[in-house]
Amino acid sequence: MKRFSKQTRSAFINYGIIIIFFIVFQTLSATGSLGSSLKGQLIPICAYIIMALSLNLVVGISGELSLGHAGFMSVGAFTGVVVANSLSGTVTNGTLRLILALIIGAFVAAIAGIVIGIPVLRLRGDYLAIVTLAFGEIIKNVLNCLYVGLDDKGLHFSLKDEPSLHLNPGGRTILSGPMGALGITKLSTFFIGIVLILLVLFYIQNFVNSRPGRAIAAIRDNRIAAEACGIPVTKYKLMAFVTSAAMAGSAGALYALNYSTVVPKKFDFNTSILILVFVVLGGIGNLRGSIIAAALLTVLPELLRQFQDYRMLVYAIVLILVMLITNNEKAMVFIRSRIKKLYKLTRKEGV
Amino acid sequence: MSNKDIKLVQLPSPNFVPERDKDKPLMLEVSHLGIDFGGLTAVNEFNIGISPTEIAGLIGPNGAGKTTVFNLLTKVYEPTRGTILLDGKDTHGMNTIQVNQAGIARTFQNIRLFDKLTVEDNVKIGLHNSIKYHMPTGVFRLPKYWKEEKKAHDKAMELLSIFDMQDMAGYIAGSLPYGAQRRLEIVRALATGPKLLLLDEPAAGMNPSETSELMENIEKIRDEFKIAILLIEHDMNLVMGVCESIAVLNFGEIIAKGTPNDIQNNPKVIEAYLGSGSINGGEKEGTLPDSSDASKPDAEQMSTGHLASPDAMIGGRKEES
Repeated sequence: MKRFSKQTRSAFINYGIIIIFFIVFQTLSATGSLGSSLKGQLIPICAYIIMALSLNLVVGISGELSLGHAGFMSVGAFTGVVVANSLSGTVTNGTLRLILALIIGAFVAAIAGIVIGIPVLRLRGDYLAIVTLAFGEIIKNVLNCLYVGLDDKGLHFSLKDEPSLHLNPGGRTILSGPMGALGITKLSTFFIGIVLILLVLFYIQNFVNSRPGRAIAAIRDNRIAAEACGIPVTKYKLMAFVTSAAMAGSAGALYALNYSTVVPKKFDFNTSILILVFVVLGGIGNLRGSIIAAALLTVLPELLRQFQDYRMLVYAIVLILVMLITNNEKAMVFIRSRIKKLYKLTRKEGV
Repeated sequence: MSNKDIKLVQLPSPNFVPERDKDKPLMLEVSHLGIDFGGLTAVNEFNIGISPTEIAGLIGPNGAGKTTVFNLLTKVYEPTRGTILLDGKDTHGMNTIQVNQAGIARTFQNIRLFDKLTVEDNVKIGLHNSIKYHMPTGVFRLPKYWKEEKKAHDKAMELLSIFDMQDMAGYIAGSLPYGAQRRLEIVRALATGPKLLLLDEPAAGMNPSETSELMENIEKIRDEFKIAILLIEHDMNLVMGVCESIAVLNFGEIIAKGTPNDIQNNPKVIEAYLGSGSINGGEKEGTLPDSSDASKPDAEQMSTGHLASPDAMIGGRKEES
């Protein structure tokens, strides 16, 4: 029973961190003391936190490597844009349209997850990494030449060019190949982003401490023993992977509906790796670590703006240093003792 | 060496079972089982019948194919030849997962626990198929979740109490001492609700007092759960003490079957373990038992000169019945 309360406590600390994050930044931006560049980062931070959490479900909890998570994000992003755009006439409430875009984006990304997962997750070994890597590239290239238009007859698709959409007069193009989605109405709000993070956290934390979550952890720890315990391995791996894809899809929709234009190139291999970096840096399987790493590393390039051309170099050095320090026992002991000393000092002053 | 008064009964099929089970159908009936890896025949003409409450042993020198037999029974490998009937049902075409659900649970020679999970979670994973709720119930923590988790917790504690391991329930499985890990593996296997339990060297790495405790527990498990147990073991004290029937495997084929007494007196077994060369004062390489416990009783038996062929043994058993 004690163990249970410990897990629950840890879960509530995570919810608390997100809510405090929301309150702090909401007040800061309301009082106008938040820089415009940081203000613009709030929704991307939410999206990347969801991406990191969802990838942690695959990498940390189910123990598979996915190198194409940005692919699911882009599927969700462009689906979300199309949905939000085509419903603009029928659903006038922006928040409702955003929620619909998030749900449908998640749904389509989940279908992509099933299509990839069913053949690949039956195999043993690192095939998932290779196939998801390919998937990310394929999705990027398909979206790069996908044209979607809307007129009074409904949606038109083409992989060739804009004229071949054959739109009736009065129709408009939603996606135009490499130009991506243009003229998106900005629907995403910081509040919805935070709610989405809380939902994803709620889902993962409860999932992990239930029957299917235990089964997935068992498969990660020892597949052969899990099979010998009668656990259907493929089913549970697929469950984790598809859930993760759906979460990534909703994060993508949230991300895309924050900008006026989104190009397919944004969701390339580098983005997949960036999300993997969040997960690894935060600690594989550590949800709180993923949240913090995703938030900090999204803001970091902005903070390093003063280094100008050397920005990405400094970024890489910071990453390496963080990894070295967190993996070095002596350094961690040193840091902890400093923090303790500082804590004592402040208390003394307080007395 | 404790040799209990064991009587085996010949069935109409070429199997024999302890007398108390003679009217019951066999729990496991394996006939002509074999597997080839490329050109190598690892197991051949493996026949065994185990009654519903029998404790059977499978022994043999290293590399004889004992673990391969377990892997065939649990469908880690698909047999090349032969049939496996579990409780009268053919397991042909089943995979490891289905075989477990049909009623065979096993432990592993090199321990395979879920290292990063707690002891209790390890057992709960064994209980996976008896916990009845689905993903949404778990995520939304519906009342059924709490009810089923409570039931699973109680059941896990009850199972852990077989080995007095309730206090360890919160420990991480990978941090347990070796003996406790072996015991936890048995508990986890029992949690899947098997009809037949396969134990692969359950006493490996245990000290003598732990081993004798394990012997008691194996019998306790059989009596309490009313299941059949087939075990591989090199510790002859355990095998001779707890098994009612023993099959000896060498080079993938059964060279002898019978009661512990029969096996100790069987020349083929002695040869397999000690090598025929020992009679001539030399040793045949690669056929020595790896446990020093094992050689002693066999050597003693050899000196008594009581030698009988396996066929004669089975004949003798017929007379007993």
